[in-house]
Amino acid sequence: MAQIKIKNVRKDFGTFTAVQSSTFTIEDGEFFMLLGPSGCGKTTTLRMMAGLELPTSGEVFIDGEEVGMKRASERDIAFVFQMFALYPHMNVGKNMSYPLLSQGMSRAKAREKVVEVARILGIEDILNKSVGGLSGGDRQRVALGRAIVREPKAFFMDEPLGALDAEFREHMAEELRALHDRMGATTVYVTHDQLEAMQMGDKIVVMNHGVVEQFGKPQDIYDWPATKFVAEFIGSPAMNFLDFDGTIEPGANSVNIDGHLVAIPKNLQGGRGAMSLGIRPEHIRFSDGSDYKGEVLAVEYLGTTQIITLKTPNGTIKARIGSEQPVSNGALIGLEFDTRTLTVFDNGNGLALRSEANVEVLDNG
Amino acid sequence: MADVVLQNITKTYGDTAALDNVSLTVPDGSFVVLLGPTGAGKTTMLRMISGLDNPESGDVLIDGNSVLGDPPAQRNVAMVFQQYSLYPHLTVRQNLEFPLKSPLLNTSRSEMEEKVRNVSEILQITHKLDNKATTLSGGEMQRVSIGRALVRTPNIYLMDEPLSSLDAKLRADLRIELKRIQTNSGQTLLYVTHDQIEAMTMATHVGVLDNGKLVQFGSPRQIYENPISIYSASRLGQPRINILPAGLFKINAPQNAETIGLRPEQILQGKGENCSVKRVERLGDQTRLHLSFKDHDIITVTDAHTPLQSGETIKIQPVKPFFFDKTGMRVG
Repeated sequence: MAQIKIKNVRKDFGTFTAVQSSTFTIEDGEFFMLLGPSGCGKTTTLRMMAGLELPTSGEVFIDGEEVGMKRASERDIAFVFQMFALYPHMNVGKNMSYPLLSQGMSRAKAREKVVEVARILGIEDILNKSVGGLSGGDRQRVALGRAIVREPKAFFMDEPLGALDAEFREHMAEELRALHDRMGATTVYVTHDQLEAMQMGDKIVVMNHGVVEQFGKPQDIYDWPATKFVAEFIGSPAMNFLDFDGTIEPGANSVNIDGHLVAIPKNLQGGRGAMSLGIRPEHIRFSDGSDYKGEVLAVEYLGTTQIITLKTPNGTIKARIGSEQPVSNGALIGLEFDTRTLTVFDNGNGLALRSEANVEVLDNG
Repeated sequence: MADVVLQNITKTYGDTAALDNVSLTVPDGSFVVLLGPTGAGKTTMLRMISGLDNPESGDVLIDGNSVLGDPPAQRNVAMVFQQYSLYPHLTVRQNLEFPLKSPLLNTSRSEMEEKVRNVSEILQITHKLDNKATTLSGGEMQRVSIGRALVRTPNIYLMDEPLSSLDAKLRADLRIELKRIQTNSGQTLLYVTHDQIEAMTMATHVGVLDNGKLVQFGSPRQIYENPISIYSASRLGQPRINILPAGLFKINAPQNAETIGLRPEQILQGKGENCSVKRVERLGDQTRLHLSFKDHDIITVTDAHTPLQSGETIKIQPVKPFFFDKTGMRVG
């Protein structure tokens, strides 16, 4: 198994820069997510690690060895695609043993290996079936099995669950993660689905327009986004922004939003001009005592919780509260924010201002 | 607008019964969402009302009158499909005007202009009115196709997964928008989806469909808090309800109970019996705990910043659980 490191990796396609300059390390045994909207460069990054694409500049290390000039076939990795490309004329067992036989392994040995992996994936009973009649989930398991039998240094997966429907996707995500926990193989996984990334990943890289926006543990990124892009991309509903103009001195414990003082974690760097106060929906409380008010525009019941859309003087925001609390459209409600969780953003460059609360996370990625 | 009633509708395609003796009343002014997986019969229901298909037996009543003999155009229903089919050679304005130009409606020019203006404001496409339909983004096209239904005042709006091809943000915006339009106008809407969030957030009534049968009908809250079966209970709620053998916990179960159903809020943490934490999944706003209890998997939810880690042991205890009999129906 392997540690994978990329250093200042850049990729140009003609005049278009797909990846600007990415640097991060994937530790041995990690389940690592490359997350971002379509066109952000996440798949290109994965393909460069795999050797399917040559970087324009920069280096890729697998287990400390620079692999830039090695072909994909020499890097000892396995790739699983969204479209599970199985050999249609072979049965399940043959699909899985093919990579082993083509490496020169004996039939008996390959057979043994395939049975072992099939047991891990729970597909022992379909080994003799043709792949044509299989369900989407079983096809994906066979594709995984074909990758696993080789015992590669790392698995690279490009939206492997993208083609499955929602309910089944969640089930497969759990299964994949459980499989990873059993095998402990380094896995790099590309997705545009933030929930999938949060759910499965040990670490996440968030990319946008070819740039790494943030890198770290899922909960850290959720709590302390480095940029407005990350704040909006992660979480559903997204982080709210109250827009305001003003000045924050280093050391300030509050911001002045249209005459209302809102307490924030102690600011470390100061800021001025157009800024936003970032608040997660679950960190908004309704309080008759507050003179910062919002008008209820919509109430959305979700079972345990409900999402309340509110119009404030500084923009529309969404709050998540328990569904036992009655709320009606048009009501004017006083709002309080959970101080320890707030982030201030500079609207000029979209970056989070450093505070005592987020400095540790921001300095680590 | 009017009550729309389906009476004992049966429809088979080949050997499969798409609808099996289904009765449903869509009350005037309601927002009814039909929820079910692929193949449950949702779209077939819409096609029965619109007249795109006719049932083998049963009746469809609009405003008290059977419409089975009427062709689609005379039933005065407006339909929105998942795949927006706009007229590519027309502008947005012309697309929106098109249904009003039907000789059946006989709309005056000024009335037409006013309706198009109102609808385009509601859907925020005013600035695109003179663009060709083909120059719009996917989200704008879907808004136009919803708009093309809204310019009319039909007996009922029928919508077939209209938001499913849009991205998450736009879907969230349009959910609120559709709900607002329906509430303010008091119009009747029948909406088909497999997305439980759409059903819960928009519906006044949810109809749960299973294999061509309507198995429960009620408000989202009724179905979430008082499901009649395992199937109904599993349609709503994320993470989905845990279904376990009834005797697993040391609590009193009704005699004929075969299984116990526990949503995350029906699992009290810190009291009761020991179980082990298999995996801690941090989703940001909440943390999911994958638990193992007497060889059964349980998923529940806890505080986002819980210090719990996999391998630890916690105590759990059911609170006001659901019980189901061996056919999966609710008991007790």
